[in-house]
Amino acid sequence: MRRHPLLLVVAATLGVPVVLHGCATAPSDAEITAKAAATMKSSFKEQGQAKLERLDQDDMQKACSLPAGKTVSKDVAARVERENLATIRWPADGKYTGDWKNGEKIAQEGRGMQYSDDPKAASGANCYACHQLAPQEVSFGTIGPSLYQFGKLRGYNDETRKYAYGKIFNAEAYNACTNMPRFGHKGILTEAQIKDVAALLVDPESPVNK
Amino acid sequence: MPTLRRQLALGALVALYSCVAFAQGSAADEIAKYRAALQDGNPAELWEARGEALWKQARGPKNTSFERCDLGLGPGVVKGAYAQLPRYFADADRVQDLETRLVWCMVTLQGATEADAKKNPFGGPDRKSDLEALVAYVAAESRGVKMNVALSNAQELEAYRLGEKMFYFRGGTHDFACATCHGEDGKRIRLQDLPNLTTVKGAQKAYTTWPAYRVSQGELRSFQWRLNDCFRQQRFPELVFASDASIALTMFLAHNANGATFDAPAIKR
Repeated sequence: MRRHPLLLVVAATLGVPVVLHGCATAPSDAEITAKAAATMKSSFKEQGQAKLERLDQDDMQKACSLPAGKTVSKDVAARVERENLATIRWPADGKYTGDWKNGEKIAQEGRGMQYSDDPKAASGANCYACHQLAPQEVSFGTIGPSLYQFGKLRGYNDETRKYAYGKIFNAEAYNACTNMPRFGHKGILTEAQIKDVAALLVDPESPVNK
Repeated sequence: MPTLRRQLALGALVALYSCVAFAQGSAADEIAKYRAALQDGNPAELWEARGEALWKQARGPKNTSFERCDLGLGPGVVKGAYAQLPRYFADADRVQDLETRLVWCMVTLQGATEADAKKNPFGGPDRKSDLEALVAYVAAESRGVKMNVALSNAQELEAYRLGEKMFYFRGGTHDFACATCHGEDGKRIRLQDLPNLTTVKGAQKAYTTWPAYRVSQGELRSFQWRLNDCFRQQRFPELVFASDASIALTMFLAHNANGATFDAPAIKR
């Protein structure tokens, strides 16, 4: 006998009693979630810089592990954004942007944090994997929106610069459950690197704004 | 000659990248053409032939072949077996995918230790993997067969449900889940198209073309390898070969591919 799990979910949602063949009760969604997390932990091994603690989910990771088509509630989204906004360390010198040329190099670089990567080398941001930026680079991904003319469209002002810096540091502060990594909060990029990538977005001389 | 084939394929790859540099709009077309050219002669056949020989050869301390190994359709039945895996096996009291089942047969029928059976799951330039060859052979025997992975008992259903949760599990330094890259239609990383594995169509297209000969690596790669390398790029620790999570994820994706015609080992960039 075959049962499609979707039917079970639908049945459960409608309050229809679900009785499995030869089994009184199937584990609840919460039980499966907990068991999946425990099974993940027992199914991986530490390798190089990638330790098992990378599988310990924080509040955002737990709240945002949602099935396709589902979104978090307004309350949870507000909590995730509030918690993540609090993690942002703004530059002590008050300058949000650096050198866009170096930012372009960081945006191109895909290595960093994989167990196959050199842990001593600086990580890249790999922006082009998901975003269009400088129009000269035709090999860009589409998981994130196009960032072409980021600064030109928003204005070359301190507000835009601060937003770019904060978004790169911790994107979850602005858009709960976004796919974008939290480059500053998770220590992927240094403050100087974040400033350089922010410059790639907001500097009027950057090819992104040409 | 496999070496010549590989050189030709690499030449085609270099040519492809030159095309990409000129015009991105036609890149997808060029990639499609390149893939079509690759179909003409797939070196996976070499792995399949080696796997068939290994299947029939008496091996291990008990000097036994795999011909009594039950992949779910009865001892020694290979035809169509891969299209119905993973499944629950009462003798092992565990849901097993093909690789896990092969290890089980090496231990119980051939007398190998579990550590020995699992020690070389993925081949490299300096070593061949018997497991990958066996996977190539068994998978090829399901070519043209409709995917039909059942959830017919509590164990299989639970494996599917766990696999689904794991697919959406965000973690690591980059907060990535499988779904980050494989949860929406029409997305790509750089120029590489990403299948949306949350849809039946996407899961069918992807799952039915693994295992595959990877031109860029000169290796036949199993589904266990595919998962292992995805998690590396996800910045997770290393997925343990034949682990419960690997089987649960395989169950989730294989079941979602039901109804499609299995068409592997394929050949990929």
